[in-house]
Amino acid sequence: MKVGIPRAFLYYRYHVLWETFFEELGIEYIVSPETNKDIVKRGTTHAIDESCLSSKIYTGHVDYLIDKCDYIFIPRVASFGDRKETVCSKFQAIYDVINNTYREKKLKILYYSIDVHNKETELKAFLKMGKFLGKNKAQVLKAYYIAKQAEKTSKMLEINDQKRLLESDKLKILIVSHPYNIYDKYVGEPIINALKDLDCVPILGCVVDEKQAHDKAKLISSTLPWTFNKELVGSIAIYKDKIDGIILVSSFPCGPDSLVNEMIIRRFKEKPIINLILDAQEGTAGMETRVESFVDIIRLRKEKEYEQD
Amino acid sequence: MNKTRVNFPRFGSYDVAVEHIIRAGLDCEYVNTPPITKKTLEIGSKYSPDFVCTPFKYNLGGYIESIEAGANTLIQIGGVCRLGYYGELQKQILKDLGYDVKFINMANANFRKPITFYEEFKKVNPNLNLKKITSACMLAVHMVEVIDKVEDFIRQNVGFEKEEGSFDKLHHEFLDDLRDVNDKKELNLLYKLYMKKFKKIEIDKPKNPLKVGFVGEYYTIMDQYSNHYMEKELAKKGIVIYRWMNLTNSILNPHVKEVKQSIKNYAKYDMGATAMFTIKKAIDYAKDGCDGIIHVKSFGCTPEIDTMPVLQRISEDFKIPIIYFSFDSQTSDVGINTRVEAFYDMIMMRKEGKK
Repeated sequence: MKVGIPRAFLYYRYHVLWETFFEELGIEYIVSPETNKDIVKRGTTHAIDESCLSSKIYTGHVDYLIDKCDYIFIPRVASFGDRKETVCSKFQAIYDVINNTYREKKLKILYYSIDVHNKETELKAFLKMGKFLGKNKAQVLKAYYIAKQAEKTSKMLEINDQKRLLESDKLKILIVSHPYNIYDKYVGEPIINALKDLDCVPILGCVVDEKQAHDKAKLISSTLPWTFNKELVGSIAIYKDKIDGIILVSSFPCGPDSLVNEMIIRRFKEKPIINLILDAQEGTAGMETRVESFVDIIRLRKEKEYEQD
Repeated sequence: MNKTRVNFPRFGSYDVAVEHIIRAGLDCEYVNTPPITKKTLEIGSKYSPDFVCTPFKYNLGGYIESIEAGANTLIQIGGVCRLGYYGELQKQILKDLGYDVKFINMANANFRKPITFYEEFKKVNPNLNLKKITSACMLAVHMVEVIDKVEDFIRQNVGFEKEEGSFDKLHHEFLDDLRDVNDKKELNLLYKLYMKKFKKIEIDKPKNPLKVGFVGEYYTIMDQYSNHYMEKELAKKGIVIYRWMNLTNSILNPHVKEVKQSIKNYAKYDMGATAMFTIKKAIDYAKDGCDGIIHVKSFGCTPEIDTMPVLQRISEDFKIPIIYFSFDSQTSDVGINTRVEAFYDMIMMRKEGKK
């Protein structure tokens, strides 16, 4: 049995957990390739026109995996426990969206559902999935805990690496973006590269201690309902004194980001901010120009401050 | 003396019930949102983030027009989708614009603890009387039920009135009189009186008229201005309109468990906000022999976008046409009308063909 993992959406948040879990259980898996033109095209062809770019990309990856594996892995997340919080409804719906979009293909889907409000915890979800994969409880539990440990370690290393980057003397730009946008080779990486080409150090908001960021966010916005956005808002509070500017990156037309970006711009006034919207249009020239002028402005401002001192 | 003058966003015909809560329950003056116009949306769009959903823009534009009309206290509710974050951001935007108003955000309250709503209401009027606000809310709930029942009747008959405008006229009279109701007994009398009057309006309904069901996103489907009076436009062509989605059905009797069960061939999970009701009602309308289904939403509404692949399958399985409308601040009447006309022609011809 071979499992196909779409390299999109929650993959970027959970790939260490997922891959270690499958490896520990001896389940063969493939991951769809980095997003490319073909995958984006598949997504825009099959997804509803009005859906966000990120979900079109997700659809493209699923489309790629059809006929290349026995099961396509499409987990679902609805809530993580805090009663006042939720996640974008796309993550609640994605299983059924894909299932209906490709109904005639009769996809075999491997899935789990996390909905802590309804007592479906991550552990329970993985136990269920392990059972479906034909493994006994002890095996699954062991695999899960090893995978959790691996996830924790990799997160810690990431955060430590970023700590070193924060010491740099170069211009540091905080990128506030969902991991599935900024880590995506096709839509996100060009932004990172543009910054590096301008001799800046990109700092990622999504590389942060989740719990700490979450607690910070509550102080900044009391009714913000989306867990993933909360972590990003908290990351600004954590990093803002160590960086020189902020780039907000969103895919068009992201529901939560449409409100949260506006709130960020209104509540963080100390640092220059721009908002980049990703859409399916080809070419990165427009984005590069905006990033370049943004960096120029920050440099000019810094020079002035330096002269005044 | 600075009397508290309260506004709550206009939404369908429910402002009558809201007014009752504010006047009788909170003991405050009520400032109704001025009727929504193109300008409301222009103001709202100007100060709203670009691709936020349209109801946000309507609400914000309405707040600003209400402040200009004298409101000094604004209330926003919470909700399970982006609506849950409307309040905090709208408060911030109004503050940044320099408006000095009190903003009560019910997203701070918790549905599992009704007392938290009382605490929010107390911010409007510190001398709040628990008994008074409770009974005002109870009556408002009954008002909503009555409004919904009356409007259901109108939807199913207005297309066949012999004298154009008679339902509309009586509807307005009914809402006006509803404002003066003080208790449940009066409400029941009023309801009975008006239902009699509505039933007396002469109609010419064929034996087997065209039937169309409406599904879709909460605000856009219930607020006639937002959907460009689509229900009325269609009804005028001699169509019976069905629309389950209203406050009574969605809040008081949602029957979530049964709904989930009945859509399980199409959706394993709750897809967020109103998605499962949209799916459930589309199936019902198809089974009940509707000639077509209209799906309405504001642009970018994620839960409703996600119902679309499901609705496409329902359309295939039950061989029922479904048309999709998305509204934003750029939507023009002309574009809408052309598509509604084409849809009407299609379901009409299909029906003729079936004979």
